[in-house]
Order: sequence, then structure tokens, then C-alpha cells
Amino acid sequence: MDAIFVWLSGNIAAYARLPESLQRLIPMVLACLICLTAALLFVLMATWGERKIAAHMQDRLGPMRVGGWHGWAQPLADGVKLLLKEDIIPAEADRFLFRMAPVLVFVGGFAAFAVIPFTSSFIAADLNIGILYAVAITALGVVGIIMAGWSSNNKYALYGGMRAAAQIVSYEIPSVLAILTVIIHVGSLSMQEIVLAQQGGVWNWFLFRNPFTFLAFFVYFLASLAEVNRTPFDIPEAESELVAGYHTEYSGMRFAFFYLAEYANMLLVSCIATTLFLGGWSGFLSQPLLPGAFLFLIKAMFLVFVQMWLRWTLPRLRVDQLLHMCWKVLLPIAFVLVMGSGILALK
Amino acid sequence: MGRYFKDIFDSVWTILLGMKVTIKHFMGRNKTLQYPNERWTLPERSRMRLFNKIEDCIGCGQCVRACPVDCIYMTTEKRGKDELPIYASDGTPIKLRVTQFDIDMSLCCYCNLCTYPCPTHCLLMTQEYEFAVYSKQEFLYRFAKDKPLAPPKPVHHASHAAPVQ
Repeated sequence: MDAIFVWLSGNIAAYARLPESLQRLIPMVLACLICLTAALLFVLMATWGERKIAAHMQDRLGPMRVGGWHGWAQPLADGVKLLLKEDIIPAEADRFLFRMAPVLVFVGGFAAFAVIPFTSSFIAADLNIGILYAVAITALGVVGIIMAGWSSNNKYALYGGMRAAAQIVSYEIPSVLAILTVIIHVGSLSMQEIVLAQQGGVWNWFLFRNPFTFLAFFVYFLASLAEVNRTPFDIPEAESELVAGYHTEYSGMRFAFFYLAEYANMLLVSCIATTLFLGGWSGFLSQPLLPGAFLFLIKAMFLVFVQMWLRWTLPRLRVDQLLHMCWKVLLPIAFVLVMGSGILALK
Repeated sequence: MGRYFKDIFDSVWTILLGMKVTIKHFMGRNKTLQYPNERWTLPERSRMRLFNKIEDCIGCGQCVRACPVDCIYMTTEKRGKDELPIYASDGTPIKLRVTQFDIDMSLCCYCNLCTYPCPTHCLLMTQEYEFAVYSKQEFLYRFAKDKPLAPPKPVHHASHAAPVQ
């Protein structure tokens, strides 16, 4: 944001004459628009990519028709279809909550992009509590999911909402503990400073820094998978048990918002994992050869690919297995990692 | 306690094995045939739509008799003595004028029994299998080119009333 501010005041004469509040507001809106466009573009690409990856893992081809080359325009066609569909609100639904829920779910995921450091200069807001903000604001999505489940007045939707609450609140704990192992070493919650602490090649990334942060990466990755309701942890929308879970009653663009939020969240947790463990925009070697944004996106896209890869490999867990894994496996491991990481940081 | 760690190790190991399987398929060749753009090569003797090379047909009616579902409709009339003698491509003299040779492909059971008795080998199964149409009447394929000298007698079939030109 500061980079945009500096660029605007340096290059556009009229900008400097604007009132102070507008001078502050315009870069914010611009940074927000850039993030939104990037997130939406990613969603378009990821829906196509997911279908392609799924298809190829099952020896199929996936969409091949729309747009010519390997069906690249399929997400556009899907988007147009969803826009044109009838927007149905069930008669017995709580109309206000029903309308608000998709917005809240999307906002919860999207607002966290504000603290993602895409490059050394491009970060919408380099808060000194960056990672805390990200963890807190993504928890807003749970409220939206419960709202959707409750307001639909449908037992399957409510089941989905309740499961989502149980799952996401539980998995928040190991994920935050895994984040803590990194925070202990950095000594700051600012995302940019976490990246700066990992400069100087692959071996300074927290993934390879010490055995505790190495394991913490996998704990965080698993917990974040559960937080964004991806298979094998997609029990809130388990289609074979709950029709579609919390968005059973949604159609058209409101449904699309849930879909959008799911993919935006996928990107978000990949970005956070990249920032915390894979060095963010810092390069593979001590002298970066590629631009930072490119390196950051490559790492994030790889994590997104692994998420999809896992989805098409593993079957869905049962509810009790899911909670067993959180409270009896990930949580004790995460505590051991925090303690070990703390002892190493003392030296 | 040992069991606990063994379970964790096993689950991680089996997940990795599963991921190995999926990535192998991801990298491997897919098995989809992009149908309208590419097609299977059919077996040599595949039995699809019937075709009659009417120039060679001598109107013997053996195919009509062989057909188990009576889907071939044929009417013939004698050629006059004074008409120019014509021959099939294998030299068999054609003594009958075939004024109607209709095959109803909606009734055909693709048994191929009609093509064996054909003395001039003019009735055959083609490899054409994409002949979906909008109405059932369009399944009636008419092969006869000769017009009858007298107006045709109405043809009656027990199962199917064939439209007559």
C-alpha cells in the first residue's frame, strides 16, 4: 500500500492536492482491488485446474470443449451459468441471515489477503500483528457457515454448519500452535518480518530450519486443510451424507460465493504456509534470480496443487476420526513442537 | 504408546503411497477417446447399416426370404423381351426390374443373414453407424431407382405398413 502511495504522489500531480483522507483512501481501495482481482483470477484458474487435475488423476481428460484449448473457458461458462440461475430462497428460511451468510464467508476469507506479503513491497497492510489478524479474520468464515446452516431451515444444512463449527474451531488450535513455533524464532507477528527472517536460501526457510519447524509445517498444512473444508476433511459438505452440507439450499450466485470462498481460502492458507515456512517471496538461493511475486506464487501454487492432489487421493474421514486426529494426534504433537522450538530459540 | 506412534507412522506412510499412485496416473496417459473428433477403427466384419448396390441387384428376393424380422420390402416386375439386355457386374443377366427395394433399419436386427444368399453380392453391411434421425420414417432406406411401368399395387405387411412412393 505504501508503494502505491509513493508511486501515486510521485507520478500524479493532482493526487498531492487531494485532501489527506482521500490520499490515504485511494491506495487502500487500489490495493484491495488488486487483491480481489488476483483472488478472482485464481478462483477461475483453480476451478479449471482442479477439474483437470481430478480428471488426469483418474485417467480422464476433463473439460475439453469450451474455448478451444483444453476447455480453458470452462470456468467463464460456469460463472455465466451461475449468474443466470434462479436465486431461490426457501420459504421457511431466515431471509436476512440467509442473504448475509455467503457474503460473510467470502469476506472472512478475502479480508485476510490484506496481510499477505506478495513481494517485499506489495502488501496491502503490513500490520505488526499480521498473522494474528489473519487467524482471527478467517475465523469469521465459521460464523458465516453456521449462519448459512441455521438460516436455511434444513436439517442437512444445519448438520453441515454444526460439523463445520466443531471442525474449524478444533483445528484452529493445532494450526495456531504450528504458527507459534515459527513466531518463537522470529519474535514478531508481522508477516513481512517473518519473511525477512528467512532470507538467504532454502536452508534458512523455516521448513528446513530445525526439525520442530519442519514438522510444524505438516501440522499446519493438515490443520489448514481441515480449516478450509477440503477433502479428506470435507465433512461439513460431505455430499454422500449431507446432500451438500451448509450450502444445500443455496443456488445461483449465492452458491457461487461459497464456491469462491472455498477456493480463495485454499489460496489463503497456501499463502500463509508459504510465508511462514517456505520463505515467502525470498528465493531458493541466497541471491534471488526471479522476481519475488513470481517465487511467492510458485510456492503457493505448489501447495494448492498438493491440496488438490490429496483431495483426489484420500477418502473422507468420519466425524469421530476427524476429531480424534485433531485432539489426540495433532494437538499433542503441536505442543511438543512449540516446546522444542522454544528450547531451541532460547540458545 | 508404541502403538500410537506406529499408527501415526502407518497413516503417513500409506498416504504417501496413495499419493504416489495418483501422481503416477496424473503423469500417465489418459484413456479418453475424444469421440466426435476421433473414432475407433471398427473390426473388419462389423455389422452396421445395410446398403444395396442396386445396379447389381437381380431382384431374386432371397434376402427378403432370409430376413428373420421382415424388414426388407421388394417389388419387381418382368423386363420386356424387347428391352436391352443388362447384366450385373459379375455377368449375371438382370431379368427383373426392381421397382421397390426398401430396408427399414429401425426393424433390422443386424443378423447379417440377408447378405449371405445374395448371388451378386450387392447387399452388404457397411461400417456406417451414425445414422440417428428425427423420425422413425427416416429409417426406411429406399434403394430402387427404376420406376414401375404400371402404378404400384398397395403392399400389405402384417407388422409394418411401408409407405410406397
